[in-house]
Amino acid sequence: MTDHKPIPGRIQKAPENFLSPEKMAEARRARRMFMGKALAMGAGATAATVSGAARADDPAIVNLPAHTTGLGQPVAARGYGAPSQWERNLQRRESPGLTRVSAASVSFAPLQGLFGIITPNGLHFERHHQGWWDIDPSQHRLMINGLVKQARVFTMDDLMRLPSVSRIHFIECGANTGMEWGNVAVPTVQYTHGMLSCCEYTGVLLSTLLEMVGADTKKGRYLLAEGADGSSMTRTIPLANALDDVMVAWAMNGEMLRPENGYPLRLVVPGVQGVSWVKYLRRIEVGDKPYDAKDEVLHYVDLMPDGTHRQYTSLQEVKSVITSPSGGQVLLDKGFYNVTGLAWSGRGRIKRVDVSADGGRNWRQARLENPVLPKALTRFNIDWVWDGSPTVLQSRAVDETGHVQPRLNQLRAVRGTRSIYHNNGIQSWKVAESGEVFNVQLN
Amino acid sequence: MRGVLRAVFAAGAFGAAIGLVPAAVVAQAPAKPQAQAGAQASPQAAPTPWAGIGRPATPNEIKAWDIDVRADFKGLPPGSGSADKGMEVWEAKCASCHGTFGESNEVFTPVVGGTTKADIETGRVANLTRPDYPQRTTLMKLSQVSTLWDYINRAMPWNAPKSLTVEEVYAVTAYILNLGDIVPADFVLSDKNIAEVQQRLTNRHGKAFFEPLWSVASKPDVQGDACMKNCATQADIRSILPDFARDAHGNLAAQNRVVGPVRGANTTEPPIRSLADADAVRVAARATVVGAGASAPSVSVAPKLASAAGAATGDEGGKAPAALAVEANCMACHGVDNRAVGPSFREVADKYRGTPGSGALLAGRIKNGGQGVWGQIPMPANATIPEDSIRRIVGWILDGAP
Repeated sequence: MTDHKPIPGRIQKAPENFLSPEKMAEARRARRMFMGKALAMGAGATAATVSGAARADDPAIVNLPAHTTGLGQPVAARGYGAPSQWERNLQRRESPGLTRVSAASVSFAPLQGLFGIITPNGLHFERHHQGWWDIDPSQHRLMINGLVKQARVFTMDDLMRLPSVSRIHFIECGANTGMEWGNVAVPTVQYTHGMLSCCEYTGVLLSTLLEMVGADTKKGRYLLAEGADGSSMTRTIPLANALDDVMVAWAMNGEMLRPENGYPLRLVVPGVQGVSWVKYLRRIEVGDKPYDAKDEVLHYVDLMPDGTHRQYTSLQEVKSVITSPSGGQVLLDKGFYNVTGLAWSGRGRIKRVDVSADGGRNWRQARLENPVLPKALTRFNIDWVWDGSPTVLQSRAVDETGHVQPRLNQLRAVRGTRSIYHNNGIQSWKVAESGEVFNVQLN
Repeated sequence: MRGVLRAVFAAGAFGAAIGLVPAAVVAQAPAKPQAQAGAQASPQAAPTPWAGIGRPATPNEIKAWDIDVRADFKGLPPGSGSADKGMEVWEAKCASCHGTFGESNEVFTPVVGGTTKADIETGRVANLTRPDYPQRTTLMKLSQVSTLWDYINRAMPWNAPKSLTVEEVYAVTAYILNLGDIVPADFVLSDKNIAEVQQRLTNRHGKAFFEPLWSVASKPDVQGDACMKNCATQADIRSILPDFARDAHGNLAAQNRVVGPVRGANTTEPPIRSLADADAVRVAARATVVGAGASAPSVSVAPKLASAAGAATGDEGGKAPAALAVEANCMACHGVDNRAVGPSFREVADKYRGTPGSGALLAGRIKNGGQGVWGQIPMPANATIPEDSIRRIVGWILDGAP
């Protein structure tokens, strides 16, 4: 197309303005014809598919949408962003009929739609005994008294100056899955397992504070943690835990605690049930005997078949659940799926997760996603090809102490069905031929 | 640990000169920025640089917050209260939630019931061994009388905690114990005789400290099965939700994401029959985010600008009165159409509609409580609801709670 005489085999830099106006017009015509032919080929393509049928064009592709042909929103349109409007089905929710008053109740996290191990702050589960508040942080105080050299008071300004740590931990209500001790009660993983969340907490180690007040760690063996809400919830914390990994935290997932989760201060007791993670923390007392608080004597006690209650049952033991496909969801087709779920243990790291796609007859080891951290959620994934026939999916976790997650009937054989708390049994999801998935319990 | 501390202080004059205290970085292990406190701590250890942060508590401050009462009664303030006085306090402040006889209502678990005189002797509640006994009341479970005193003192009444005097707490505790036949009707409970009362609690021997779920190092009581192949398992289904409960938790299509490998089931309809119906599932799911009619075209919408972040103070002016009533916990005792603990809103509207001054009257009831108009169960005061919200709720009720 040039007036320039090409030398075969040699690439030569084109001189500036090497096309005459006539040649440029010719080039434009040729390009238009080429594009015209190409579009004609594409739009009316009748290239045969393997099956021989014509494939229609997807309007989502050939009709350019508004967002491809227009200008969008500016930066900082929302100073504090929010999820897509298309995600609004994922909310924390109450379970109808569980309690009659919403200020002493639970909201469940939508595990069926979450990814990874971090729970978004706005979807974190809630448990309140006397409602929640949005406390003015400048008015909040932390007092440490009891068997100490000097009882002290800290403001938030004080606390947030101290040496800080950041740790990722799960928090699970002791009554998580409690409704299912006797039989199936609720339809989805949100309600069976949703009193569970996991955050990166930032705060000061309780051991730092105890040293500052000169806590008597010889005579002192139990701490009382007390909250500033209406219930002034109290729980006994073993001193051994307190000196190990208990934190006084002000932040979750990079920002300050949400009001529903204890803003501006809460206790973080890794591996221990959520009731010990006192919100709106106002006081720590060092003592030499357990405190027998209401939430250790009347609630959060496990009723055994012989009529006694186990008391001071704090640990959340090894547990796992498949979050998708799970109850109330529908598989739209046969074929390949990535089965995904969560595993956790209050005794340390998850060592392994096994998944069964045939109701527990055969198991395969799932992949664990990094990071695998002690007393934190671990995400597992496993490949599964569904052939369209009815089956039951299960997951089973093993923690680093060798504790294997038990079946529900193994738990019941020891604890009966009225225990309410600490149900860490294997969860079964039945996949029907229609693709709908149901919460079931097997014999 | 002390070695770390020494190393820290020896780390270098430069670091110290500019105030830096280097610390070992250990991923997610307990990285202690200081010498570990404990029996081995040397009293001669140098104070940490942060030791001066915070300040001593004053005696009055400690008194204001140190309200806990232990099982050995340490922390119990001296005082007394009679069961008779307890009955008065109960009728005024407790019965609205807990019933005249501690039987509660549909809202709260019964406080009294399920225990017998025989249980007082044994210290074990016989009904706890019965798997068919429907309720576990407070007195059935209570093993420490200190717990009852402590909880009433710190947390009750539910909507006005810490408003009872020491005498009232003793009195109400005595009244509850009397309702359970643990003390006689003329009993006066005090810090002097409470230890004897403990020896009559019906479940005083019914608790056991369970070490395996207390400390990490202990052995679990239930171990699972690590079998991998051809495991002995009975895969028959023993429990599944009945059909009538399909929609009990709302439409599950609206509780799942509308993109991805699955959709939520449309529980407003019976389950689909086969995979061939998958499209109906997709359509129903999409309708939960787009609005009526799945034929609405897929259009990307530029997100609306969020309203000003006034979330910190709440925007009650913008909330519907029905929502305010829910938030203020009115629904704990009042249905819109149905009588619960108190009259339904419709009944209230029928009685007061058109009566001059009824708005102010009802607003006063909400704020200050009331009794006797609809029955003997008192309505508690609600001092924390803003005036404006009360006004709007009353207006809504008199309109028939639409």
